[in-house]
Amino acid sequence: MRNIVIIGNGISGITAARHIRKHSDDAITVISAETDHFFSRTALMYIYMGHMKYENTKPYEDFFWEKNRITLKRDYVENIDFKNKSLHLDSSENLEYDVLILAVGSKSNRFGWPGQDLEAVQGLYSYQDLEGMEKYSLSTQKAVIVGGGLIGIEMGEMFHTRKIDVTFVVRENSFWNNVLPPEESEMVNRHIRKHGFTLLLGSEITEIVDDGKGRAKAVQLKEGGELEAQFVGLTVGVSPNIDFLKNTDLEINKGIKVNEYFETNQPDVYAIGDCAEFEKAPAEDRRPIEQVWYTGRMHGETLAQTVCGNKTAYQPGIWFNSAKFLDIEYQTYGQVTNQPDEATEEYFYWEHEEGEKSIRLIFHKEAKTLKGVNLMGIRYRHEVCDKMIRDRWPMKKVFQNIKEANFDPEFFKRYEGELVEMYNERYPEDQIKTKKRFGIF
Amino acid sequence: MAALKLIHKLGIIIFIIGFGIFLSMFFMGKFQISDTTLKEVLGENRHELVRKNFTQLKEKTYTSQFSFINDVKEQFEASNEEVKSKFSIEKELAQKIAGFGKDNTFQQNDIEKAVQKEGEVSSWQREQLLDYTGWMQDKSYETEEELIAQLEKVIQDVNNGIVGNKGFSESAINNYTFEIAKYSDISSVAKNPWLWLLIAILIPIIGAVMYLLPRLKTQHAGIKNDGIFHSALKNRGWIGILLGTFLISFYVFLYWYPEYMTSWVLMVDPLSILISGNPASRWFLYGFLYTLAILTMGIRMIIKYRHSPYQMIRTVSVMFFQLAFAFLIPEILVRLNQPYMDLKNMWPLDYTFFFEYRLDEMLEAGTLGVFMLGWGIALFVIGVPLFTYLYGKRWYCSWVCGCGGLAETLGDPYRQLSDKSLGAWKIERWLIHSVLVFAVVMTAAVLYTYFTGSSSIVGINSYNIRSAYGFGIGSVFAGVIGTGFYPFMGNRVWCRFGCPLAAYLGLVQRFKSKFRITTNGAQCISCGNCSTYCEMGIDVRWYAQRGQNIIRSSCVGCGVCSSVCPRGVLNLENRDESGRFNQPSLIGNDSFGVKS
Repeated sequence: MRNIVIIGNGISGITAARHIRKHSDDAITVISAETDHFFSRTALMYIYMGHMKYENTKPYEDFFWEKNRITLKRDYVENIDFKNKSLHLDSSENLEYDVLILAVGSKSNRFGWPGQDLEAVQGLYSYQDLEGMEKYSLSTQKAVIVGGGLIGIEMGEMFHTRKIDVTFVVRENSFWNNVLPPEESEMVNRHIRKHGFTLLLGSEITEIVDDGKGRAKAVQLKEGGELEAQFVGLTVGVSPNIDFLKNTDLEINKGIKVNEYFETNQPDVYAIGDCAEFEKAPAEDRRPIEQVWYTGRMHGETLAQTVCGNKTAYQPGIWFNSAKFLDIEYQTYGQVTNQPDEATEEYFYWEHEEGEKSIRLIFHKEAKTLKGVNLMGIRYRHEVCDKMIRDRWPMKKVFQNIKEANFDPEFFKRYEGELVEMYNERYPEDQIKTKKRFGIF
Repeated sequence: MAALKLIHKLGIIIFIIGFGIFLSMFFMGKFQISDTTLKEVLGENRHELVRKNFTQLKEKTYTSQFSFINDVKEQFEASNEEVKSKFSIEKELAQKIAGFGKDNTFQQNDIEKAVQKEGEVSSWQREQLLDYTGWMQDKSYETEEELIAQLEKVIQDVNNGIVGNKGFSESAINNYTFEIAKYSDISSVAKNPWLWLLIAILIPIIGAVMYLLPRLKTQHAGIKNDGIFHSALKNRGWIGILLGTFLISFYVFLYWYPEYMTSWVLMVDPLSILISGNPASRWFLYGFLYTLAILTMGIRMIIKYRHSPYQMIRTVSVMFFQLAFAFLIPEILVRLNQPYMDLKNMWPLDYTFFFEYRLDEMLEAGTLGVFMLGWGIALFVIGVPLFTYLYGKRWYCSWVCGCGGLAETLGDPYRQLSDKSLGAWKIERWLIHSVLVFAVVMTAAVLYTYFTGSSSIVGINSYNIRSAYGFGIGSVFAGVIGTGFYPFMGNRVWCRFGCPLAAYLGLVQRFKSKFRITTNGAQCISCGNCSTYCEMGIDVRWYAQRGQNIIRSSCVGCGVCSSVCPRGVLNLENRDESGRFNQPSLIGNDSFGVKS
């Protein structure tokens, strides 16, 4: 029986623990300094907004861990002795391991702005960040959120529910346009403003101003001027949380360097999730570091195979992701680039007249096969999109079957007919006949 | 915008004031009893029995129903005491009767020898003794003492029956007291019921609507569960505790002490007469308030979920079925001299359906009555399996049912309070299926009695079984706990733990149905909104994060898990049965065949 120690009780570490338990009888210990139990990081915003209690964000009841013989340890790892395979903990205890899995996650980026370490200047990643927001909310009338991404908009929505005035300062010219194509990004801009937020695009901060007591009171803008802010949200991305591993034998770069088996340069030490950096991106359309919930989970699933004797290379499938911008849900499948490439891609973009729903289908121009799907305010079936992309469905077949992809609830209006019309207009010589189905059975 | 926010705030103030007036009406009764009232309520003969007792009361005016009802009940008790002392048989008579017997053998004419006097009292006593001793005829006893002991028992039984026969039984006292209280009320409510209906009902509803409607403009459509767990109303805070206390008290008065709530009943009297032609009973009041709660809170539900056609249509459906089928049609049937019947209610939820008074009523009502009987049986014999196969139990529980209708409208703010633990699920399964068995056994006993005329089955009285069910399940569980516990245990306590119909529908849904909640591939982020807002306490996330479809007998298909999901993971669907129970699997990872 080996002693498997996992640092980090987020989705990566916990998934690894659960899957290792399925296949082995080894002793499993999960160490976290953040919380006693695994909770869903993605749900932090809902705790703040009063949609849920912390208890509700725990995916497994507390008895689950003992029942599955997974030891949970609330502690902080000070340093790791890779030679002697031993961890030194904050409680001054030492813990030996046979296998070590580093699933230590990320920390919010700070780009060296003056005043970035003031009180009430923070990101939103950990449970402690949530506590910070809670602590400063009462004394905050105006907040500035730096960065136009998924965490930023969550933070904005959170403050909105407490009637705190929010201004987004976004460096790009449109919200999240390093990922979203222009139309979708513009839709998000409109939606944000419709909710009463101030959205400054193409704008940056240069400094966070001290109120004289060590807390933020304003930000200075690059283009001049100052914005009052008793709270400054820094949501300009995250980076691997590996400061405590610097100057050790472990090879690190931006993240912990791993191969396709999540092996580090140290024997029996693996890294997964946000903190892992692949030597070579695991697939053509993937980045060496991917800080996404789903990716973390897949890392955990895959590493468990290797740890339990079935050496398995990480091989992600068709990309998918989802998010929510205030009231607009977002789903994406396959490859959707932020700037459609006219030379290699052909796309169909449909947008609802009210401008809060859209469907984008992207095809390889030459092969005329499906490359990616982007959805705003409409739900599509993961399984169907995955299959259409993976099996390289030709364009016409995709449109003929596109209704099957819709995953909106019953009685919701369907718009796939309009997509087919778009196709028929573009390819009048190869029309698709639409059948109407009736009946309630 | 500012004007709308003002209307919004004003609305809640008006609602609170109006609701406060409604509550204070409970204490508003002013009572004066008169001969006319007594005669009307009791009828000439019975009135004569208590006329003297009530003399004193007639001079008094009461300002509290508690002292009034106390006094009224005392008069009935006093009258009962008089009747008892008048008709009771002395124990010594046993010896006298036994003395006439030969060889300790009982003959009924010994009674006639012993009680020879004529007159009301004696002939009644004689008659009763003969009735009670039919089985003893020619029976021989070992000793005289034994015979005497047996006769003393008989005398005891006869004496115990005096009140029921000649005086006022407990249920009669309760019924008469309710009527007397209602018609002795001389308060402003009794004089101007329409005015009070306006002040205590219409105005709070207007307030509620003023509070709700501005949200159409002030809030963007979408899930807005903001602040629910910070709310004193929705997270078992002090307002929730107050509301729960009110609801529980309301049900306790409604079921067991209706005579104290006559002010409210009087208020709806003219409305009842307008609809059915009859004065209002407590059940009319209950149905009226119940319907209003569903309609008003239905508006709230529609506004809250206006981004979801599924939720809007479903809510309109429960509002319609409550208003038309549960409230108006039965009253109109009464107006047409037909049996009162809620045509969408169904055995075993409608547990009195096979009670003899209901069966007789239907069988005596001609073609329509026979249709009602056939309809009621067809609903659960054909309707349940067929529709549940096609759509899942939601076709009933969250689209048609009255209990479901109230839960989905009035109860919606409390759905997050249901317990999601594995332990709660275990209790649920034991409890709800036990109630189903209880309902079936009870109904079988009732039908046995109906067809054979014998009330005793293996030593158990079928009337006791049904009254135990009526009290324990029909009133305490379904009413007091089912609704009263909304602010404590969520809005589906009854549907989840107690409803025998839900249990039956659930068995069909679990084993033979096209319905399931589909999990959308691997998109789940385990956030927990679905589980939190599942009123039935299903840990939806447990399945969703494994990429597994959710098939649970308890799921009422309200669709809120799908609505609150921020990532579009859940969808209620009726699809082919094959593939319904899918293996947990998560797509998107090609490294190996991932089983979750």
